[in-house]
Amino acid sequence: MTINTLAKGGWHRDQMACFRKMEKVIVAMQDPDMGMKMRNQRLLITVIPHAMTGRDVINWLMQKYNMCEEEALHLGGMLVRYGYIYPLKEPRSLVLRADESPYRFQTPYFWTSTRWPATELDYAIYLAKKNIRKQGELMEYEKERYSVLHKRINHTWDFVVMQAREQLRASKQRRKADRIVLECQEQAYWLINRPPPGAYNILDMGLERPNNFSTRVTLNSDYYKREIEFCRRALGRNRVKSSICLEGFVKYSEQYLSHDPIMQGCLPSNPWISDDTAHWTMNTEVVPIPSRLRVERWSFSFMELLNDAMGRREFMTYLEKEFSAENLCFWQACEDIRHGENSRIVEKVEEVYKNFLAPGAARWVNIDSKTMDKTLKGIQHPHRFVMDDAQMHIYFLMKKDSFPRYLKSDLYKNMLAKAIVPQEVKKSVFPFMRRQRHSSPSPAQAVAQASEEEGRA
Amino acid sequence: MCKHYLYSILCISTSLCFKPFRCRSLPAQRKYMRSPPIPEMATQEVQLSETLAHLKTESDTLKGKLEEERAKLHDVELHQVAEKVEGLGQFVMKTRRTLKGHGNKVLCMDWCKDKRRIVSSSQDGKVIVWDAFTTNKEHAVTMPCTWVMACAYAPSGCAVACGGLDNKCSVYPLSLDKNENLAAKKKSVAMHTNYLSACSFTNSDMQVRLSRMGEDTCSSFVTALHHFFDLTELFKVFRHVLHDFMSLQGCDKKANVWDMRSGQCIQSFETHESDINSVRYYPSGDAFASGSDDATCRLYDLRADREVAIYSKESIIFGVSSVDFSLSGRLLFGGYNDYTINVWDVLKGTRVSILFGHENRVSTLRVSPDGTAFCTGSWDHTLRTWA
Repeated sequence: MTINTLAKGGWHRDQMACFRKMEKVIVAMQDPDMGMKMRNQRLLITVIPHAMTGRDVINWLMQKYNMCEEEALHLGGMLVRYGYIYPLKEPRSLVLRADESPYRFQTPYFWTSTRWPATELDYAIYLAKKNIRKQGELMEYEKERYSVLHKRINHTWDFVVMQAREQLRASKQRRKADRIVLECQEQAYWLINRPPPGAYNILDMGLERPNNFSTRVTLNSDYYKREIEFCRRALGRNRVKSSICLEGFVKYSEQYLSHDPIMQGCLPSNPWISDDTAHWTMNTEVVPIPSRLRVERWSFSFMELLNDAMGRREFMTYLEKEFSAENLCFWQACEDIRHGENSRIVEKVEEVYKNFLAPGAARWVNIDSKTMDKTLKGIQHPHRFVMDDAQMHIYFLMKKDSFPRYLKSDLYKNMLAKAIVPQEVKKSVFPFMRRQRHSSPSPAQAVAQASEEEGRA
Repeated sequence: MCKHYLYSILCISTSLCFKPFRCRSLPAQRKYMRSPPIPEMATQEVQLSETLAHLKTESDTLKGKLEEERAKLHDVELHQVAEKVEGLGQFVMKTRRTLKGHGNKVLCMDWCKDKRRIVSSSQDGKVIVWDAFTTNKEHAVTMPCTWVMACAYAPSGCAVACGGLDNKCSVYPLSLDKNENLAAKKKSVAMHTNYLSACSFTNSDMQVRLSRMGEDTCSSFVTALHHFFDLTELFKVFRHVLHDFMSLQGCDKKANVWDMRSGQCIQSFETHESDINSVRYYPSGDAFASGSDDATCRLYDLRADREVAIYSKESIIFGVSSVDFSLSGRLLFGGYNDYTINVWDVLKGTRVSILFGHENRVSTLRVSPDGTAFCTGSWDHTLRTWA
């Protein structure tokens, strides 16, 4: 598969939007009233008009967008990288310096977006001009490219040379300052559109995306029928008021705030910051005593409890006391079917039926008759989700009944009381006292060992 | 049926043109009336185009109605609700680890459930498993293709899935024998057409959710793999109440929510102005965020069935390649094509911070499973962990 990173189509569509936005910034910068103050800059012995310093650019951006210096430097830097502003000193280094270095706006004629993509012909003409002007003293890579182009578009070479000569003649009739400016502009354009080897290629856009879907879709009756069907279904769905949904976000964020290490830190310390893995050790899947935050989290929702292996274990213990452990076992067995191997579905479904659903089963679960009938019928042709309805029924049963009681039970309360709240350990003050970063056993290793042991047993 | 419908419209319109005294005679005459304005529907082509126009009108009308219905329940904006929430203080996050080793652009990464290991894939065809905490490389696989766009870590930590221009999704078990050639043990699923653009494991090692790039009806489907990766067939997945098998997809400017049971797209949002590059569920599962080339991130609520927030700034010009939420959902991290990461306050809609460090565009961003850090991969060949 060939990758044409400079192809039109997808690239064009996406990047044009970026270019337009950058151009808006540039135009604002040149606004006579609100734009930047420009001055004449001295370059060797010539005076270049309408130039500005790097510092000017940064200050203007800081003021216009109310941003800090670092961000202004970054944004300005992007404008330079994309060729909207070019440096007068050191033209090959497309970097914005926050000092008195002179810069100039690129003329719209030479904006990358104006003549996209840059053609080989234009590049050949440019190199030919340079070749003539410098009497063969091109840079190494330019020489190579020149000869490659010479071979490739040999048939139009006369035209190339003629154009080059014409343009050189025309430019000789300009004032020296203008001539230098034009040369700088043209050079800046080609530095971006044909970067030297090893230099950063700003126009590298990665893998070409497939064409725009909507332009490929034929607006035929099928398409409209699908849209109509979709709209009808959508109109039929229940919607919730925004105020309720949005309140939900606020509540959720509040509830989980103390559990969010990025927001509120974590105890004893964030391993990434302190190099101390105590936090992870204390929160592995199975620990003798869980942390307080972890146990609190089980009360947030039934899914939180079920998602935590320890929580599930505790809940199972509770259910055993209540003689309703078969519910959780059933739920777990159904999950196993849903997420397990294809080849074992039939066997697992049979097991589940035998243990939980058959009349007189050892761990019979209490499902309403309608769901039971549906499930039994489905079992005739078992598939991954044949237990869905029954599983859902039991899930809601546990959620509405057992779960709230578990949270009020002594078992849970004791767990909460026992749970540890680790001491905060601050990062060591002395930067050179960096802790040893220990590696941890790979999960793959744990499983390999377990299966080895199984094999032996 | 269609003819009749058009006929009745015309009847109404013509009756309006007639002078009042004529209207009374209209009903009796209707049977025999030939509507003069429309020509005889002689050819089938004319018939079809009239049908098409009719369908288009109906489609547009319904779409308008849908927007109206959505708007009816929109009684408040997110930032209004968030006014009572405390603002966030000074935000300090730094690069804590830099992972160097890829020879070309890093395209994708995923965290292991152990909260410290990651897998990353790159344009040079390499897939590397790192212990990001120590920065050691633990496994390296060379894919038979370049541009490995997608990679994922299995929940057990024992395997990784990846794919790209080879039009396949391959699963490699992670062997600890350094001498073992991982490639020898891989198992693959063919994508038939087009390259793999994303993959992730569902709750278990047995299933990988895949999505292909470049299809009109971009489909996400689940492949079940036999234990220890013998290949099996693709099948349609069915809906589950707990959202396991609901899938998000950013396709062009639309963000779609797929119900895997029916293979149907059940919700669709089209408010972005440009291609969507990344979609991610809000931690509660009731909403999701998207990042697009139009330089904005947006939040869509699934229950309210609408866009509820836009995260953008005039000075942010470049597209978002990747988004993810912090654990509590209060922060949204966006990796941008201008090499930066912008951190947004999801509730208030403001930008909390901008992070610099990468030297080329950020292509992938994921928050760690326990929320202690997030990792970014970039075209500058490195990955960084931030905390």
